[in-house]
Amino acid sequence: MTKSDETLLSQHFEITGGDFNNAGKASTSIKEILQEIGIDSSITVRTSIASYEAEMNVVMYARRGELTLNITPEKLHLKLKDEGPGIKNIDMAMQEGFSTATDEMREMGFGAGMGLPNIKKNADKFELFSIPGKGTSLDIIFCLNKTEKK
Amino acid sequence: MKLKEIIEKLQLKVLTGQDKLQVEVTGGYTSDLLSDVIANSKQGNLWITLQIHQNIIAVAKLKDLAGIIIVNNREPDEETLQKAKEENVPLFSSEEMAFEISGKLYELISS
Repeated sequence: MTKSDETLLSQHFEITGGDFNNAGKASTSIKEILQEIGIDSSITVRTSIASYEAEMNVVMYARRGELTLNITPEKLHLKLKDEGPGIKNIDMAMQEGFSTATDEMREMGFGAGMGLPNIKKNADKFELFSIPGKGTSLDIIFCLNKTEKK
Repeated sequence: MKLKEIIEKLQLKVLTGQDKLQVEVTGGYTSDLLSDVIANSKQGNLWITLQIHQNIIAVAKLKDLAGIIIVNNREPDEETLQKAKEENVPLFSSEEMAFEISGKLYELISS
């Protein structure tokens, strides 16, 4: 393992599908960690946006999921893995405005079809992998050695 | 402009966050879409919305908003009040509609 890949910090969060009561908790904790260890504030803001959207996707659509925060000297990596319905058409899901949210979720102000595009917009690197009927995984990466967005 | 002054001028009812009224307000953001607020609001903004469910608190907390103004005399859910207290997020209510409150806040901040 080279030095730049060395993990400085790793944290794991469990997310329960349908649990609107605790929705946002993992993201709030992540933000607090980033502030505590002195990550640049613009990166913290972008990470908060991405982690909140990713967390809410699990709450809204999946049975359960896990979010892992990994920090190396060069990168901040959010890895999300869920057990849920998966995404049938990823190109469509990435389109702004496309959503499969229920009326109830929309009334709450979710399901505007902004989630995944927002994650991609804020990340330096974004990868989505999904098996319909099984689940979805997301890799969201932020470069720590530059404060400007890509 | 400080939160305290805005509350007086807009005649807002303070529901939570009594001890955070010295915070400086940087602007306002009016929206009922949580993804929109997460993506586009800025630190220190006052969020104007008619959403009353508990998930608004995490959004305000994550974006370091100055507080949330609930419009149209809507009463927040019990869980929302509870969360706002726990997280110390200032929550206000107003009888006015989002359009009016936004207009007045804009006038106050830009003047």
